[in-house]
Amino acid sequence: MGDVLVFAEHQRGKFPKTTLVAIHASKEAAAKIGGGCCAALLGAGIDALAHELAEYGLKVYAVDDPALEHYVADAYAAALGQLAKEKGASLVLATATAVGKDLMPRVAVRLGAGMASDVIAIEGPNTYKRPMWAGNAVATVQLEGDIQVVTVRGTAFDAAKKDGKGSIEKATVNIDASARKMQFVEFAETKSDRPVLTEASIVVSGGRGLKSAENFTKVLEPLVDVLGAAMGATRAAVDAGYVPNDLQVGQTGKVVAPELYIAVGISGAIQHLAGMKDSKVIVAINKDEEAPIFQVADYGLVADLFKAVPELTEEIRKLKQA
Amino acid sequence: MKILVTVKRVPDPNSTIKVKPDGSGIVTEGLKYVINPFDEIAIEEGLRIKERLAGTEVVLASIGEKAAQEQLRTGLAMGADRAVLILADGALDSLAVARILQKVVENEKPDLVLMGKQAIDDDSNQAGQMLAELLGWPQATFASKVELDSGQNRVTVVREVDGGLETVRMPLPAIITADLRLNEPRYASLPGIMKARKKELKEIPLAELGVDANPKLKLLRVDPPPKRQAGRKVSSVQELVHLLHTEAKVI
Repeated sequence: MGDVLVFAEHQRGKFPKTTLVAIHASKEAAAKIGGGCCAALLGAGIDALAHELAEYGLKVYAVDDPALEHYVADAYAAALGQLAKEKGASLVLATATAVGKDLMPRVAVRLGAGMASDVIAIEGPNTYKRPMWAGNAVATVQLEGDIQVVTVRGTAFDAAKKDGKGSIEKATVNIDASARKMQFVEFAETKSDRPVLTEASIVVSGGRGLKSAENFTKVLEPLVDVLGAAMGATRAAVDAGYVPNDLQVGQTGKVVAPELYIAVGISGAIQHLAGMKDSKVIVAINKDEEAPIFQVADYGLVADLFKAVPELTEEIRKLKQA
Repeated sequence: MKILVTVKRVPDPNSTIKVKPDGSGIVTEGLKYVINPFDEIAIEEGLRIKERLAGTEVVLASIGEKAAQEQLRTGLAMGADRAVLILADGALDSLAVARILQKVVENEKPDLVLMGKQAIDDDSNQAGQMLAELLGWPQATFASKVELDSGQNRVTVVREVDGGLETVRMPLPAIITADLRLNEPRYASLPGIMKARKKELKEIPLAELGVDANPKLKLLRVDPPPKRQAGRKVSSVQELVHLLHTEAKVI
């Protein structure tokens, strides 16, 4: 068997938690398959990142190329595909982030490999578990062929810890002209002092029950901030234009599994539950006691959110000051 | 300009999905089917381009059983010009779907392929990216804004990515996959539904395309997800805070 090659995504000079999750999942896969574990680091000016990555006990293949300065799918797929072939990888793995989802199917085609998305468990060589139908079913799937491509769900594996001394090997790739068509123009970051949604230990989400963008700011945000939480929202709230799409939790948004998830004015549509039902403790506040969200909530409060949320914010503030 | 939009027939997202007791799949009896919601957004985007650029043709393509005609007719009723249905009844993975679509693209020669970012049944989010790589085309997934330049040979796309919005530019032909906020799809009008009956809907058996559609991903079995127990109702905010602090110990 060949090695597991993990794609080490970095954002603005850092490895997000999702990358550490990919490393952990790759080590687990390597242990089950019986191969080694190495990492692909692509970018421009990545020496510091390569050293940091090696501390996770990995052999790091660092491809430092001006064409890879900004992530674009076509050039990155060409580089990662080539690296995987040259190094004889039998599994190429990334976390299902926006970049992982965008990139890995192209890599699979480059390698003529089958691909499993959003894997939540590695059962053994070739066999994986993944959710389908908005998490209403868990499928056991098998990938055929000598090389496979997988993305893993960011909440389904632990984050790797720095636990060893790895090594760094500089590698070069030839990115052909046909893979240089995409041009990065700009990135407009959603400015926030709050923790990243997929990394926060507490998430407070609002649904259509909030009724307006203004209420997200006035009613929900004070609770979010007193808890030091990340803010999330349902697809319905995003659809209604109350909040930006990158706050969407659900089947078609982000999947989160914090220690505490507080659902405010959320009915509990299947597609929303798909993104949060693995949270450790779930609290639901909704005036409709029949709302499906109560079926997954550990603590349910049937109340008018416009009264309950400011009260809750105040109670927590008192508790924190005590 | 010619635009190809892909359409998948999927169970209504609001329907209750139940796993068959033998684990071979989901219970399909009584399920209502619709156009994959993200594909509907892709169709709408195609139609909006057509409304701006005279002479644009919007062609729909679907792969699956004959019943997918229903979803293609709906897309035609929204305003697409014609449709192609590749008849296939076996299990396909995303790579097989992308290979079939590659053939369709080679036959139709569109300038732009619009797709949904993911189908809400398999939730794989792969086919668009795979098609792009097979064709050697650029791609913009998770699109929330699409702007064609005046010469119609380049497109600028705003993408919904982690932590913000990314803008990419690429030459045509290209693949764009639609995210939720790209647009709000229209409903088919009554005259649209009448017209759609007469529009061309061509069926092509998969075998005629000469594509290797053997799936590399095989579904071994499906199980219901672990069930979460409903907890308890609390009667006041004070009680909730007390329990979160002393029992759950999360605040």
